[in-house]
This record gives sequence, structure tokens and C-alpha cells, in this order.
Amino acid sequence: MNYGALLWSVRRELWENRSIYLAPLIVAAVIALASFGAVRHNLQPATMASHDAIVAGALMGTTLLVAIFYCLDALYGERRDRSVLFWKSMPVSDWTAVLSKMAVPMIVLPVITFVLTIVTQLIMLLAASAYLSAHGRSAAALWQLPWLQMTSGMLYHLVTVHSLYYAPLFGWLLLVSAWAKRQPFLWAFLPLAAIGVIEKIVFNTTHFAVMLGSRLSGGMDADPAKGSGMMMLWPSHPFEFLTRPGLWIGFALAAICVAIAVRLRRYRDPI
Amino acid sequence: MAVIEARGIRKAFGTTMALDGVDLGVEEGRIVGLIGPNGAGKTTALNAILGLTPYQGQLTVLGRDPWTARAQLMRDVAYIADVAVLPRWIRVSQLLDYAGGVHPRFDRDKAEGFLARTAIKHNARVRELSKGMVTQLHLALVMAVDARLLVLDEPTLGLDILYRKRFYDALLNDYFDQSRTILVTTHQVEEIQDVLTDVVFINRGRIVFASSMEQFESRYLEVVVRPDRLAAARALRPIHERQMLGKSILLVEGADREQLAALGEVRKPSLADLFVAVMETQGAPP
Repeated sequence: MNYGALLWSVRRELWENRSIYLAPLIVAAVIALASFGAVRHNLQPATMASHDAIVAGALMGTTLLVAIFYCLDALYGERRDRSVLFWKSMPVSDWTAVLSKMAVPMIVLPVITFVLTIVTQLIMLLAASAYLSAHGRSAAALWQLPWLQMTSGMLYHLVTVHSLYYAPLFGWLLLVSAWAKRQPFLWAFLPLAAIGVIEKIVFNTTHFAVMLGSRLSGGMDADPAKGSGMMMLWPSHPFEFLTRPGLWIGFALAAICVAIAVRLRRYRDPI
Repeated sequence: MAVIEARGIRKAFGTTMALDGVDLGVEEGRIVGLIGPNGAGKTTALNAILGLTPYQGQLTVLGRDPWTARAQLMRDVAYIADVAVLPRWIRVSQLLDYAGGVHPRFDRDKAEGFLARTAIKHNARVRELSKGMVTQLHLALVMAVDARLLVLDEPTLGLDILYRKRFYDALLNDYFDQSRTILVTTHQVEEIQDVLTDVVFINRGRIVFASSMEQFESRYLEVVVRPDRLAAARALRPIHERQMLGKSILLVEGADREQLAALGEVRKPSLADLFVAVMETQGAPP
């Protein structure tokens, strides 16, 4: 593997898809402004903590949406505008190209989410502190919130769920993106819905739907250490998730999807 | 040394044979024109050579199998597949950065030098450039790659005659040397006649004619025959005959120049004339 080519390929993804950082940036700015507006009326540490949780949750939701749309277009758009012929004229293998696209939802977006969440929370905290100080009140209570736990809990959730647990989802979307001749969005989601419906009609069971729901919710429902409400906490047994078969089955599915996507990128002609 | 060696290349799309047993050998330092009517298999042949499409048969390009080793091959091969393949969202400066980043043989200074002669700005996006500028940009990129084989598929399609002339001038003067090889396809046969060292005609997925330009020029002659000598001229078994302004123009292979001069005015045929002659004896593609 040529790491220089891999890094440049990731970089080019960021050039092409500016929504990767613009979308979360805009969401963060809107929430920070709204939070500051609300903070003026009722400034309790609990309010501040809930706003921080909202920032983390909203940014995760935003980057997940960005990731889904990014993956669906990643190998489809380059065939549609025929630019794949240019990318293939460069000494970059199909593996490097597809892995660089897989790295965007699995590495780049979680990193952006993490950094942007912390920066936004810090700006909100500083702005609230400045507001309180300007009105002759103490901001000390705000700084005594469990920041470290909140941040580490968010990091844990990002790495385990948004990167590792969602890997098969991203792999599947890339596969469809490499395969579809039109409407990758429909091809990605209709078959999943169809399997669920057929299972329900034929066997009157909902295993597939339950499995899919558990995957999307992060498979953490069984985890008693998971915090209540929107608060994400660092679990008591942080490496327990590595023992879950679901994680490894997901990795295997992701690897299969990526391998097929690489093969499709080699075989498929521009649309 | 052989840059391209193809033996019995076949490629089917459904029931259509796009390539039906192509044999082709291209030596280093040649400029080869691959010429054929629409649907003859030109682009499919180039795609096979560039590792863009799977095929049956034996094919090596610079000693490699292009289908299994495309990425490695692209260090030594540059190509322009079509004028419109540069991504439209990319900026000129990003394109240079990217090529410099992933391509070990890309010389950025050289590309900048070519671009300095154009009106293309560094911060412009490809979508903002005119068709001619996009081609200039792409050409600047591929000419800055120290490649051993350059493949051009209809590089001047849709460009006006001024750009086309400049394109081939730049190719010959700034790029080509004895260690490089160029394979080019085009519809504008007459335009590249003076550029080529070799010519290959393809029709219905087969190579129907291959010759060096030297051979072509010494073997083929055209004679404008006076009506009273027509029978004598036809005895030479011309490979093609056409009428123009009441005179018969015969294309003759391997005839003696003196002998022809007795029949009428002798002149050099153009590649286009030979192309038409060969295609008409072959029959047009379905």
C-alpha cells in the first residue's frame, strides 16, 4: 500500500465534498448561537450540560447523514461524470481509491465530529462565562461540570459506534455506489426494506429489522453502563465491546463489501 | 523493444464482438495512429491497453498485464481518454497538487511551464474553463509526466482547427522523443498524417491494415487517369477507383512510378484515400 497516494486520495475527497466539514460547521455555529441566546435567560449548569449533549448529538447525527450521502455518491458520481477515467490514469490502485473513500466516514468524519464538538462546547462555555462575568455573577459552577467524563464518553461512542459499528453500513453504501447505474439511494435502502417485509410476511418474524435497528442504534442497548438520556459516558468496561460477535460479523461484512466495491470499480464502465 | 504486444485480443459486449482477435505490435519511439470508423473497436482496444477493461487473449504493455497491474503501469503510461474526463469541480492548483502527490514521474515545474503559455488561471475550476482550455490543461498534465507510452483517444474532438494544430505542434515539439511512444486515435485522418510514423486501420474489431508511413508512401501511389488510358490502368489492378470531375483516380499498390506516369498524373495518396479504399473493400461496419 502506498500511503502517500492514500493520503492524497483522502485529501482529494475533502476537496470534492466540502459538506464533510461545512455541514457540521454550520450546525455547530447554529447551536452555539441558539445556546447563547437561551443561556441569557436561565443559566444553570444543568442547562449548559444539556446544551453540550445537544451539540454532541446533533453533530453526530449531521456527520452520519453526511457519511451516508457521501458514501452513496463516492463511487457513483465519478462514473457518472466520467472523471473515473482521469483518476484511473493516475498510478493509484482501486484498493487505495476505495479505502480512501472508506476512510472518510470511518476516520475523517469522526475526527471532525470530535474536534468540532469540543471546540463548540468550549466556545459556548467561554461565551457563557463572559456573559456571567459581565453581569457580575460567578461562572465557577459551569466549569465544575464533568467535562472529562462527557468528552471521553463522546469519544468512546464515536469510535465504537460511529466508526467501528457502522463500518458494514458504510461498506454496503460504497458497494451500492460502485454498482448502481442510477438511483444509488433507492438501491441501497429498498433491498433492506424488502428483506424485512418479506421476512415478516413469510416467517412472521422480525429478526432482520431488529438486527438492523440494533446496528443503527449502535448495538449498545444491552449495555447497562450506557448513560441515561443523551449523556454518553465512558463505560465501566471499555473494551467489552471487542468481545461482541456483532462487531466482528460487522467487520467481516464491511470487508466483503469493500472487496466487492474494489472489484466493481475495476470492472464498471463510466455510466 | 516492444511497448505494446497484443495477440488475439477478444472482447465481447453481449453478442457484439468489439474486438475480434486483434494482433498489434508497437515498438518504442513510434507515433502510431489507430484509425477506424465509428464502432470499429478503437476505444475498446485502447481501454484494454490501459487496463480499463478486461479482455481475452494475450496483451502486454511495457512488459506488464494492464488488467492486473493498472496502477503500476500508470507510472509509465499517460493517457487522455476523452476531452471531458477531468473532474469539473477541481481547481487547477489542486489538480497539480494531486498529480504531484500521487505520481512519482510528474514534473510540476514542467506542467507550470506549459500552463504559463495559456490563459488558464491556477485558482480556476475546471468547470469554468472553455473546452479548449480543458484540453490544454489535460495536455499540460500528461506532457509533464515522464511517461514511456502516451495514449490519446480522440484528443482533439470538438476543438476548433487552431487548437487542433497547436495540440499536435506541442505534442511533437515539446514532448516526443525517441524514448517515448504515442498511440493516437482520431477521426481527423488528414490532420495526423504528417505526425505519424506508423498507421493501423481497425474495422469490425480486427486490424485490417498496418504499415509504417515510409512503407505507405513508397508502396502506394495515386494516378489521375485520362479516359483513354483507363483500361490500361485498370490492368494494374488498382485497389480503389473513384471519379472526380470526370476523371478517374486510381489507387495503386506496388506499381512502378514511371509506368504510372505514362497513364496520367501521378501523386501521393493521402491516408484518408487509403482508409476509404481499405474500408470499402472490407465493407462498412454493420
